[in-house]
Amino acid sequence: MEMRLEVNGTAHRLDLPERTLLVHALRDQLRLTGTHIGCDTSQCGACTVHLDGVAVKSCTMLAVQAEGRRITTIEGLAKDGALHPMQLAFHIHHGLQCGYCTPGMIMAGLDIVRRHPRPDLGTIRAELEGNLCRCTGYHNIIRAIAAGAEAMAAAATGERPGEGQGQ
Amino acid sequence: MHAFAYCRPAALADALRELAADAEARPLAGGQTLLPVMRARLAAPSRLVDLARVRELTGIAAAPGGLRLGAMETHAAIAEHPAVKRLAPALARLAGGIGDPQVRNRGTIGGSLANNDPAACYPAALLALGAAIETDRRTLAAEDFFTGLFATALAPGELVVAVQVPAAPAAAYVKFPQPASRFALVGAFVLRTEAGYRVAITGGGMGVFRWTEAEAALDSGATGADLAGVPLDPELFTGDLHASARYRRALARVAVARALADPAFAA
Repeated sequence: MEMRLEVNGTAHRLDLPERTLLVHALRDQLRLTGTHIGCDTSQCGACTVHLDGVAVKSCTMLAVQAEGRRITTIEGLAKDGALHPMQLAFHIHHGLQCGYCTPGMIMAGLDIVRRHPRPDLGTIRAELEGNLCRCTGYHNIIRAIAAGAEAMAAAATGERPGEGQGQ
Repeated sequence: MHAFAYCRPAALADALRELAADAEARPLAGGQTLLPVMRARLAAPSRLVDLARVRELTGIAAAPGGLRLGAMETHAAIAEHPAVKRLAPALARLAGGIGDPQVRNRGTIGGSLANNDPAACYPAALLALGAAIETDRRTLAAEDFFTGLFATALAPGELVVAVQVPAAPAAAYVKFPQPASRFALVGAFVLRTEAGYRVAITGGGMGVFRWTEAEAALDSGATGADLAGVPLDPELFTGDLHASARYRRALARVAVARALADPAFAA
């Protein structure tokens, strides 16, 4: 069936079977391969994207269900070649080992900041329940999300991020 | 996943017509259970009727005596809604503990109720609270709605429209989550009203039930510490690779005792 998807601000018209999952439309049709398939059973969160700014698992959603909604993938975060503050925080704090879970962690991290603008470490741990890191590198992921949140708050208020944020 | 047809009606009447026209059609709510089940080829509906745009199924609002929650409201929306937090705070916290954030952003209360997973959280709350489930054709008391394992009183093609929840200041939910799925290994929802206590247990394995012996004991002045000696039917518990029936039954007593220790019961 024909469906229209808005991904990272660009409108696409695709002709796909009804049963096509959103993650497959993104990866196989639009070649946005930053969204990963980890467990394929809605456990691991590697496929996390934003739907109207809210984190969802794109392996547990049909592409056609995203019609009329704004989809944002990891590729949609950087602006004019500059990393998003959350991406930069993962880079600075080495919030990754093999990197496979990273796109999902960053998209989930942004959803945490949406709900908790300055989350403490306990909140981040609890809110990352839907994202698994098989390298078990959670400590730096959690630090990166906390630092990313600080950087986003600072950017929003025009402050410079504190020296202690690992800049 | 097997092939299927898809439609996305905007009105309840149209959704009901689509479901009535095809016995193999299934309604699609948040899809957090149905889509994985279809991917595992454990279900192969001929048609999915997506309820996402059916306007009659949305809305969270205070209603006489409590709340009315639209069937397509997500766990995240219920967890965060000021009226739910004010009038039924235990229900808001329960909703905020289902699955994980991404699942809560998609999964709906109507979908969860219609599925009636024996380890789901909402059935315990609705049974203890004495909630009512509005469908497109009638209103059912929670105790008449949940009929067994993955079984409800819904007729083929009948849709949950909304849930009516009484205000419940003195209530608490405690669950022991199964670590991988975050479903309840065992969960207990306890309500105290002027009429007495109501205790509902989910996760036992045979479907949600009220522990009436505990209710009677609590009404007679027993405390959480006294529950160890209160009869609890072993037939209501089953074992699987996550926990034995004996362990689940023991957890039920602990979950109720912990719920009773919630500050909500302090007043």
